[in-house]
Amino acid sequence: MTATIETRTVAPPVTTVRFHQVGKTFGQSTKAVVALDQVDLAVGPGEFVCLVGASGCGKTTLLNLVAGLDQPTSGRIELNSSRPAVVFQEAALMPWLTAAGNVELPLRMAGVGKAARRATAAELLELVRLAGLGDKRPHELSGGMRQRVALARALASTTDHTGAGAGKPSLLLMDEPFSALDAITRDVLQGELLRIWRATGTAILFVTHDVREAVRLGQRVVLLSSRPGRVVREWNVDGLTDGAEAAAVDEVNAALRTVISSHAA
Amino acid sequence: MPPEATRVHPVDDRDAGSVEAGLDALDTPVTAYRESPVRRIAARALPPIGAIAVFVLIWQVLWAAAFWPEFKLPAPVAVWDQIWQLVVSGEILELFWTSVHRAVIGFAISLLIAVPLGLAIANITVVRRGVGPLVSGLQSLPSVAWVPAAILWFGLNDRAIYWVVLLGAVPSIANGLVSGLDQVPPILPRVGQALGAGRWSGIRYILLPAALPGFLGGLKQGWAFSWRSLMAAELIATSPDLGEGLGQYLHNGMSLSDISMVFAGILLIFVVGVGIELLVFRPLENSVLRARGLTQGVR
Ligand SMILES: Nc1ncnc2c1ncn2[C@@H]1O[C@H](COP(=O)(O)OP(=O)(O)O)[C@@H](O)[C@H]1O
Ligand SMILES: [Mg+2]
Repeated sequence: MTATIETRTVAPPVTTVRFHQVGKTFGQSTKAVVALDQVDLAVGPGEFVCLVGASGCGKTTLLNLVAGLDQPTSGRIELNSSRPAVVFQEAALMPWLTAAGNVELPLRMAGVGKAARRATAAELLELVRLAGLGDKRPHELSGGMRQRVALARALASTTDHTGAGAGKPSLLLMDEPFSALDAITRDVLQGELLRIWRATGTAILFVTHDVREAVRLGQRVVLLSSRPGRVVREWNVDGLTDGAEAAAVDEVNAALRTVISSHAA
Repeated sequence: MPPEATRVHPVDDRDAGSVEAGLDALDTPVTAYRESPVRRIAARALPPIGAIAVFVLIWQVLWAAAFWPEFKLPAPVAVWDQIWQLVVSGEILELFWTSVHRAVIGFAISLLIAVPLGLAIANITVVRRGVGPLVSGLQSLPSVAWVPAAILWFGLNDRAIYWVVLLGAVPSIANGLVSGLDQVPPILPRVGQALGAGRWSGIRYILLPAALPGFLGGLKQGWAFSWRSLMAAELIATSPDLGEGLGQYLHNGMSLSDISMVFAGILLIFVVGVGIELLVFRPLENSVLRARGLTQGVR
């Protein structure tokens, strides 16, 4: 398989996050799993980048490295943002807290005062169109609503601009956030995410295995190979019209199929 | 697959919002129908009351048939008379106070010891490997076994009794906390970390509340063990200095060969043990479970 890097975007002068030859290996010697190998990737301020790849290719690992939940084994990651907000595939709301309580949680842990917490939580719930539902418990909400609370909570974790990240651009990391939802809900939430992205100006690194979702949402789509995960190719898909968008979906899909079938032998 | 057919175009913001509102309305789980409180209480209270009535009836019949001599099986009425006497003379208050306040104090001290212990076992591997099996082992060792040692160490006094209660309750509470912490879904501490939790704020805001249902189970068992151990200790370590608790009352019944007094003692010990569980732990557990939507666990 020859990895063709078609569109090497000229890196903007300031990047929110930049990977320098990042590698991640799990385990030791013979049983070692090389999850990521020599990954170079950059996300500019306010940019929306989608990462696609087959299951097990290291997408989650990559996000964990950016989020600081794990450390790379080689290379380095340059992060120029406030604490990245993370949304996982499961909403993973704290079941003992209300929706508002969940959104307030990162602020509480950062030592933000009660009144300020309340105000921020109300604002963020409004942003995800859940104003007035702050008193609901997670089990009283639908899957889509839970994921929106999780998004609001993640955004709350970056809004504390008092620490080291003060004044820096924000970064939102999303790991297949909509893949557990039904088709209509997923479609609506994709629209919501675009609206929130425009409203907040945050950079987004969005992981999915759904090529159509990646092309619809992202300005740039990055394809990752499997075992080891490497950046195979990137596409600029910003502002495509319907026909061009469908063509782009087909093209990315074809490339993804090639990557996957290279593992058949 | 024609791409046009599978793509939905969000026409404008307001339109997307109304679709979303509709979805929210349709997808929100419907809260289950709740029957009236009177019926709910009746449905829960009637079966045990019925069971008790049947039990007393069988007892009465066995007594009337005179299978066993009167000094082995008393009449239900004779036992009731004993209890009524305690109530009329006010003696029952002293019995309850002596035993219950000891159990509560013993339980509270156990809690203070068991929580740090459980946290250490759950979070520190060396401690888990070293102390964990010891604590589990202590849980299966009947704490009555400590009574002789406690009397030799401390003499016949409250300290000996508390020692026995502690050894009964601490392992249960600590183990309950450990199993509660072990059952926390691993995603929650990870989310906490992503939200900026440090070591202590992670324990305080995520791990402890997440472990609460399991911990409550441990507390309940810890209470049962503390009550049991206390009764065993009171029954064996009797002395005029110690004041009269339910265990001593039971012991006196045996010394006086008064079977109706012995039965009354057993009954009162049972009532206090079950009563505290029903009045304190059950409601606590139910409210915690209900708040988390774990309604099938609510009794
Ligand atoms: N903690 C871990 N220990 C060992 N191997 C891991 C660990 N996490 C992930 N892996 C391996 O790394 C590879 C990439 O995993 P992951 O990042 O979860 O993939 P994706 O999210 O793209 O499905 C997989 O082969 C997986 O088995
Ligand atoms: Mg994954």
